[in-house]
Amino acid sequence: MRLISYKPQLSPWSSFDRLSSLRDLLDSAFELAGTFSPTVDRGWAPALDIYEDDDKVTVKVEAAGMKKEDFDVSLHDDNLTVSGERRSEKKEGEGESFRSERFFGRFSRTITLPAAVKADEVKATYEDGVLTVILPKAEEAKPRKIEVSVN
Amino acid sequence: MSQLVTRPNEAPVVRRESNEFIAPAVNIHQDADGYSLEVEMPGVPKGSVEVTFEDGKLTLVGRRKREEPDEHRVYRESSDADYRRVFDLDPTIDSSRIEASIEQGVLTVRLPKAEAAKPRRIAVA
Repeated sequence: MRLISYKPQLSPWSSFDRLSSLRDLLDSAFELAGTFSPTVDRGWAPALDIYEDDDKVTVKVEAAGMKKEDFDVSLHDDNLTVSGERRSEKKEGEGESFRSERFFGRFSRTITLPAAVKADEVKATYEDGVLTVILPKAEEAKPRKIEVSVN
Repeated sequence: MSQLVTRPNEAPVVRRESNEFIAPAVNIHQDADGYSLEVEMPGVPKGSVEVTFEDGKLTLVGRRKREEPDEHRVYRESSDADYRRVFDLDPTIDSSRIEASIEQGVLTVRLPKAEAAKPRRIAVA
């Protein structure tokens, strides 16, 4: 299975931001050697988990503080893309910002699913800052038990 | 300028007391009436947050829902660890009026300044 490498968020300490170009350079060097193909091009990358059982594939994305309408979940063949935009609710020009470790803006994560799924039965829910996508497996992807017959 | 931390020019102190906790990302905003904290705790349901104030320290703890799906884990980036972060508070904060709420994994804490500490405009006669 091909998976997408997780690029952790940039350092949450803003004073390190000036190091990010160096960090990107180092990252790109490692990517060349890496076995994963990254699809996180810009912005931030929420943590993503994949679970699987006989009947379904479950994908969880940790993206706190979103609105459910700001998520976009799409399926293309066996690739699942979860993208969205997190907006800051703070209004500009009121008081001063003391510390900014949270990321806002667009993100996009794409994974190759470990099994074929029924595209029209995919369900997504958003609770406690975690998006859960449940993808029921296609019949042909489910394990089958073969009875052993005795002649 | 009023400091949220007691040590000037230093960030609020992040303590990692054990591997069971990770420090959540936080945004801190100050206005004339006090401070607002936004703390990212995805996976923490309402009722699983502890906000305590003691000895001038504000401790925020968020506990994840322990709900391991009965499924094989194929790939994982999230952490099992609960969230914990401790802040040394500005002594002008009125600790009796601290308010906190959590919505979709973002804990919002309002730290109002005591009335006496608010800036006051003095009319020049």
